[in-house]
Amino acid sequence: MHAAPHPRFSVLSASAVQSSEHLSPAASSTRFSLPSAPSINTNATASKPAVPRQTIYDRPLNKIRAAEVSASAFSFLFSEVVQYTQKRVNGINDLERRLNTLGYRVGLRVLELMSYRNEATAKAPKREIRFLPALMSIHTQVWRAVFGKPADAIEKSVENADEYMIIDNDPPITRNISVPRDMSQLSCSSFTAGIVEAVLDGLGFPARVTAHNTPTETLPNRTTILIKLEKSVLDREEALKT
Amino acid sequence: MAIWGLWVINKAGGLVYQRNFGDGLPHLTSNEYLVLAGTLHGIHAITARLSPTGSSSGANVISGETFKLTILLTPTGTKFVLLTSLAENTADTVLQKVYEAYADAVMKNPFHTPEMPIRTEGFDSRITAIMSG
Repeated sequence: MHAAPHPRFSVLSASAVQSSEHLSPAASSTRFSLPSAPSINTNATASKPAVPRQTIYDRPLNKIRAAEVSASAFSFLFSEVVQYTQKRVNGINDLERRLNTLGYRVGLRVLELMSYRNEATAKAPKREIRFLPALMSIHTQVWRAVFGKPADAIEKSVENADEYMIIDNDPPITRNISVPRDMSQLSCSSFTAGIVEAVLDGLGFPARVTAHNTPTETLPNRTTILIKLEKSVLDREEALKT
Repeated sequence: MAIWGLWVINKAGGLVYQRNFGDGLPHLTSNEYLVLAGTLHGIHAITARLSPTGSSSGANVISGETFKLTILLTPTGTKFVLLTSLAENTADTVLQKVYEAYADAVMKNPFHTPEMPIRTEGFDSRITAIMSG
């Protein structure tokens, strides 16, 4: 589909592009062929045929459900990410675009890992081909994998048929961030928007995803992730409708 | 029992946050507050060296006839100072909560510059929540 390396990788050094090439959905035409489990386990099964060994791809890194990544440690890391990015951009749009790019790289891997864990062992692996089920799985599965809780709402724009929104009332990654008044349009959830964009892209629903602050009286951190689908997606949805 | 004021003093002795609660305190200009905070920083440094039995964290409470100052010194040298009435016995726990709010809302905020005055809305609202109970 894309012959050249994806433009998103242009911010990376050449070596980084190379190393991430095999994970990039843009680099290969067989985007969704899941690695068959035996091909990874060949070495293990050759020596001990009776016990198929579990690889790290098969289980979460944390052994117990409660032992999750420290939110504080992540907050400090994300704060540094924002500061690092802010030093290298001109203006808010540029900053949001860069955060989106970083999120995109996370999203690619999230989708890869989620489909592998959920579908690799299934007898009849499936993937979402219709938009609404795909959106629902982002709202619940992706959010749960990344943030540990489902998002709070999905909405469809009344004005534009190609716009959908995922709403999070208190996004964990921006919980401790107070944006100064002179940058009030900035939403650091652009990172999340990048994750969503990558997952949609990987599932074959190219879209432009942005993040917007939509605070309410009781929920000052409420954030809307706005998905603007490409026309080809809408056309296909129309064609699939029977 | 009443809490009247909160100061945050950075490790160089500069006042980075100052807020009054209620109208118990006389009104001072921001320059006067800066001088007071700098003086307190100096006094605290002296008290830390007066201990006859080894190292000391310096003054914890300075009290007068009508009010007291409770000081919390963090391992990084930042000081939280709470101005309260003499009968106030929750000063220490309030300061711990303020420290926690500072760690969350100020230090994890990418738009805050360390050692500079705190202009973070999130911190303001957390402090308001702590003071209102």
